[in-house]
Amino acid sequence: MKKDFEILDHTADVGIIAYGADMKQAFANAAKGLFSLITELDDVEEVLHRDAELTATDAESLLVEWLNELIYQFDTEGIVFKRFDIIRLDNTRLKARGYGEKVNRSKHKLKTGVKAATYHMLKVDKNDGCQVQVLFDI
Amino acid sequence: MATPWQGILRKIDDYRWEIPTSYKQGMAVPGLIFASESMLAHTLEENAFQQVANVAFLPGIVKHSLAMPDIHWGYGFPIGGVAATRVKDGVVSPGGVGFDINCGVRLLRTNLTESEVRPRIEQLVNELFINVPSGLGSEGKIRVSEKELNEVMVNGSRWAVEKGYGDGEDVIVTEESGCMKGANPDKVSAKAKKRGIPQLGTLGSGNHFLEVQVVDEFYDREAAKAMGIEDLGQVLILIHTGSRGFGHQICTDYVELLGRAVQKYNISLPDRQLACAPVSSPEGQDYLAAMACAANYAWANRQFILHWVREACIKVFGKSAQEMGMRQIYDVCHNIAKIEEYTINGSKERLCVHRKGATRAFPAGHPDIPDIYRDIGQPVLIPGDMGRFSYVAVGTEAAMKETFGSTCHGAGRLKSRAAAKRSLRGADVARALAERGIIVKAGSIASLAEEASEAYKDVSEVVEVTHNAGISRKVARAKPMGVVKG
Repeated sequence: MKKDFEILDHTADVGIIAYGADMKQAFANAAKGLFSLITELDDVEEVLHRDAELTATDAESLLVEWLNELIYQFDTEGIVFKRFDIIRLDNTRLKARGYGEKVNRSKHKLKTGVKAATYHMLKVDKNDGCQVQVLFDI
Repeated sequence: MATPWQGILRKIDDYRWEIPTSYKQGMAVPGLIFASESMLAHTLEENAFQQVANVAFLPGIVKHSLAMPDIHWGYGFPIGGVAATRVKDGVVSPGGVGFDINCGVRLLRTNLTESEVRPRIEQLVNELFINVPSGLGSEGKIRVSEKELNEVMVNGSRWAVEKGYGDGEDVIVTEESGCMKGANPDKVSAKAKKRGIPQLGTLGSGNHFLEVQVVDEFYDREAAKAMGIEDLGQVLILIHTGSRGFGHQICTDYVELLGRAVQKYNISLPDRQLACAPVSSPEGQDYLAAMACAANYAWANRQFILHWVREACIKVFGKSAQEMGMRQIYDVCHNIAKIEEYTINGSKERLCVHRKGATRAFPAGHPDIPDIYRDIGQPVLIPGDMGRFSYVAVGTEAAMKETFGSTCHGAGRLKSRAAAKRSLRGADVARALAERGIIVKAGSIASLAEEASEAYKDVSEVVEVTHNAGISRKVARAKPMGVVKG
């Protein structure tokens, strides 16, 4: 079985390649990959949720905008997410719900600060399931 | 020596290598890489090389897409890249500045000597760690209202000084006097403000740090003296941070916005992260107004931190800041876009100079540098990794002619974070440094491996290239004694 996501080596920053049977699953796994950089997902419990509804010009931009929305949630509310329900997704619109909890320093080890998702090396490939690739500025 | 670039690069001299426009269809100007032959063979990555060529596509770019010797693979622009575009018909690219807008370095001199500080270095590092909020998710000791944040965006360093953090002398020896003109808080999103408010007055994480250093070599005694660096064994303190989540969000917002403008203005780019708009367009002007807000936020941030560094030293050494001669030498930004005037083909031209991991390096006599440095040139601060050296240099006329008044900004990464972590453990890195007399305190010990010397190029080799190429001139060298990492 393929992994949900893999970490991509980059000299200054870190990327994610995420897989899924469809675009919804690949987007959810990319978001999981993002939070795996920030903390140990095993230590996160699902105690709250947040919704996101976004539009963009294409699937690639939509992925970047969504991940940036999650980085914003983490940076302003201190929420770490571990699971995502993609409720609706096409090439220009996304509606999703993320489950997780607020960072608790005694419980969550914070690893890497992520500044933003970038458009460099960005890919959404819908052949043979779905595979997405995104590079974060660390 | 054979390099992977032979057949592509045209050697100009021992420190200059050109990527001709024939390399990639669409390059408007050639690339110019500053590097030694051995650096080309060992440290220049193919991806970084491609990025130099990609930046050459930007409409209105003049002379060269430049790469400093600390160049490495970034996103869109390479880190260590410099690109100047014509204001009248060229573009501005938020990716050419980066997410950490006005990430920069501030250097402080002291009268303290190594022999006075060494016995208390652990105490000093601990005190700095306590007094300067750092690490992922940390919040500042300062709470500003949205109205006050707007004032920070417009006034920069001066706002912090007016609130009692440091003094007017610090502002004078800060690039742009710590306040970039043209800042307009109306061009900054509510999201950026929300991210910015709690993070003001924090060091952050990643490669940001505070470092206690000891002067160990002089190259230009006279210039060093003008900066207050007089003796071997003298202690300096360096601050490296930027505009935190505030700047990251402004860049995020404008990469998205300008990504849409690319179609509107019919611009064709090889990488979406190079998203840009004409400098003179509403989108371009809005970005520059928001970017200036982040630049000013970063200068205020370093001003707060400078004050807390002074407080920590007062506590540890029981002397006043004046008695310890804790004067700021200079503050430079190394992620910024600025409108500057240069002579191109004999006529004066206003250019938008993008410095992405590059330092301004103006020569002696330039009107934009403080009076006290008018005779020696603008101080250039080049931190290395935490195990090797940092350099102080000055700007030169050659930089004005060749690199739009720019030089390198640091060592430049060599190994990815993951590769560094695979081969090193944070705890071992700390122990090895301690054995060499370098005390490190970090929010995350594991992340120390990512910042180990082995992950970076040798800063001495980088500085040697900029010195020999003439785009900045070495003044003094310092080695680390204590480091605080986020």
